[in-house]
Amino acid sequence: MSNLAAPLVEMSGITKEFPGVKALSGVHLKVERGEVHVLFGENGAGKSTLISILSGVFRPTSGAISIAGREVSFHSVHDAAKAGIGTVFQEFSLVPTLPVFENLYLGRELMRGPLTDRRAMLAGARKLFAELDFDIDVTRPASSLSRAQQQMVEIAKAFLANARVLILDEPTASLTERETERLFGFIGKAAASGVGIIYISHRIQEFQKIADRISILRDGRLIATVSARDTSERELIELMTGRAVDQVYPEIAHRADGPVVMTLEGIRTAGVHGADLEVRAGEVLGCAGLVGSGKSRIWRTAMGLQPLQSGKITLKGRDVTGASTRALLKDGVFFLPSDRKSEGLQMTASARGNIEISLLDRDDVAGPLGFVGLRRSRALTDAIGDKVGIAKGAMDRAVSKLSGGNQQKVLFGKGFADDRDVYIFDEPTVGVDMGTRMALYQLIKAIAEAGKAVVVISSDLPEVMNLSHRLLVFAKGRIAAELSGSAIAEENVLKHFFAETEGSA
Amino acid sequence: MSMPTTTIAEDTSRPRRGHALLTGLRAVFLRVGVLPFFLVATLIAFSLVSKEFLALQNLTNVARQSVYLILVSLGQMLALVTGGFDLSVGTAIALTSVVSALAMVALSHVLPPDMLWLVIVLGCCAGLAAALVIGSINGLGVAVFGVSPFIMTLGVQSVGAGIALFLTGGVPVSGVPYEFGDILGFGRVFDIPVPVLVAVVAATTIWLVMNRTRLGKHIQAVGGNVKAARLSGVNTTKVLFIAYIMCALLASVAGLLLTARVGSGETNLGGTIALESIAACVIAGVSLHGGIGRVENVVLGGFFIVLLQNGMNIAQIGSYMQMVLLGSLLVLAVILDQFRYRLLVGER
Repeated sequence: MSNLAAPLVEMSGITKEFPGVKALSGVHLKVERGEVHVLFGENGAGKSTLISILSGVFRPTSGAISIAGREVSFHSVHDAAKAGIGTVFQEFSLVPTLPVFENLYLGRELMRGPLTDRRAMLAGARKLFAELDFDIDVTRPASSLSRAQQQMVEIAKAFLANARVLILDEPTASLTERETERLFGFIGKAAASGVGIIYISHRIQEFQKIADRISILRDGRLIATVSARDTSERELIELMTGRAVDQVYPEIAHRADGPVVMTLEGIRTAGVHGADLEVRAGEVLGCAGLVGSGKSRIWRTAMGLQPLQSGKITLKGRDVTGASTRALLKDGVFFLPSDRKSEGLQMTASARGNIEISLLDRDDVAGPLGFVGLRRSRALTDAIGDKVGIAKGAMDRAVSKLSGGNQQKVLFGKGFADDRDVYIFDEPTVGVDMGTRMALYQLIKAIAEAGKAVVVISSDLPEVMNLSHRLLVFAKGRIAAELSGSAIAEENVLKHFFAETEGSA
Repeated sequence: MSMPTTTIAEDTSRPRRGHALLTGLRAVFLRVGVLPFFLVATLIAFSLVSKEFLALQNLTNVARQSVYLILVSLGQMLALVTGGFDLSVGTAIALTSVVSALAMVALSHVLPPDMLWLVIVLGCCAGLAAALVIGSINGLGVAVFGVSPFIMTLGVQSVGAGIALFLTGGVPVSGVPYEFGDILGFGRVFDIPVPVLVAVVAATTIWLVMNRTRLGKHIQAVGGNVKAARLSGVNTTKVLFIAYIMCALLASVAGLLLTARVGSGETNLGGTIALESIAACVIAGVSLHGGIGRVENVVLGGFFIVLLQNGMNIAQIGSYMQMVLLGSLLVLAVILDQFRYRLLVGER
């Protein structure tokens, strides 16, 4: 019996513990029919864990969930789907080789005797897409669709299962502005028909267009649920971080006349279609843009991690086009990769071992025969550990056993093994807590103020906006805008995110 | 005589009882892998079968016999730690044996008898050079062209074996100088057999390389996470290349010692050693995922395999059944390694 007076979704006292981590503690969340409810918070705040519980991926350690007044307990995503919870995760679950309608009915095929009823599924898919006003040929293979279209198929899948609650996890992360508008139009319609929508995002400007209420999570706790109309952007950021904005981001002294240290000219590679830029000593150059805008790939290419099609790279006045990663590192460039697990760290080695690897090229650590001075290495790794703030006891533990924040500190520590001229940080604070974040910002400040050239590539807008002296906005493989000083503001940046740059190649 | 020893072996790996015992065993498993458990089980099982098994003389014998496998396993460990493996170690042994024997025979006809030393030294060098070629081809394929170590070393295994058979026509190469066997095969220095001495020197060297040099740390880094190693400035191509060369050379040294022992160049000396050396390493806690491996444990692992074979011989288990057991043990060790790796990396 669904009770119309009861809220559509009510999660109360939800706590989730993983071995060694408390991901959520006592979270309450209420979603009404026809409401667009935004979940807002940093990476690691617990948003994903919370929706994973609602969609049946995880079971809560304690707490209760009611759907329309009836208490439920989900053992699988399937259970949740049956109860009317439809989830569109960030990673899509489409089989690329299958046509859209078969993807739609995957796992719940319509049958005619022992055979699948292709005609009925085709008709059903077309009818659903017409109702949702999605213009997609359902016989095309999923792989031929754009990301936005794939997302629509995912949403359609949720509706095919009669979703009463639709959960969208960062749905606009890879959509263009036009696609985003269409998605918002659809969300409005769905909400008007009484579906409850839970929308996860950290793009304030964007979700303020559609949100009714916003729940802010931080460190696994629900901080507040506020009305979208009455809460300003600044208030939201302060609720999210728990600190005044200017407390989080340090003021970094800018040396505007520093010499140019590294230049990239006419860079072309997969995903980058001709971009020029330069970095000066003593400045922080920010690179912002959507996923796939080329902001990260241009630097990966410059570092020799991705083949360069054409263009010229100059380091300290020398042409280093086509130089190997190793040669660039030796020439004084430090590159901090965005994915510390796959590219940054030896997960089974200790924090010390990870830092030591970067020390081995120093003559005072490993002599001409390659023998490593143990005492010297120990002293240096200890000093670096101190500098980046790794606890003494953590130095000799396997990195896999450390928290995300400590892992990121180890990764930063590798940059202090040697004196470098250019520091490139690709997503420097991904998945770390607020305290570590502030510590890492202090390190970036110290590096820039010591006269080094610093590049910060980040999908976290407040971060890249507040740290940068100059900000490059990437869109579709080109630099859409260069902003500096007071021009670095969210509306300016977002405007260029979707820029159709003129003169396409 | 045998019972007290068994109890001691049991006691050292089984502290207290109940929960403490489990935590203790878990810690040992995480640190060194399955080897202590297998070793204890083997010692108990075979000492029950026969009193001879734990006799000092038998154990010394096992130690001496295990020298060859230990040498090969040390090389195999290097390949495994980089995240690959080398199936062509048997071929490196066979080719070393054949080439060194052929070289010595040919040289002894050319050079005057009083230059016998030169014949032996040059013969050994020829054998090592043959292995160097094998290692370089493996290294080239794996490090430069990115061929999977499985396919690369499997292919080279066949190529090398074919060449060795072609060179000899399948007939053992006789006429190797007696002095060669007298020294490398049966010689003693300070009453220690030369092969044992060679193994001790090799193990010490590899231990130093892995624990005290840049190269060793780079080998571990490449196996632990190739991308991270590259981004730390490690020349990953060079490191992989060197690892496969060192692996082939260590097998080659074992090949020379074996040739000296049997007194002729044989194409079948390396028969099952690829499987045995991988088994020795994995049982000794070298991870197939790369990045993890300790020299001292590998030495013990090589000893364990030979001990097991010795025990099975004493227990009169036929060689066919021995193959079944050894293969099963390898698979079991890999399953347990998988489990251990997951615990180490801390998967949720």
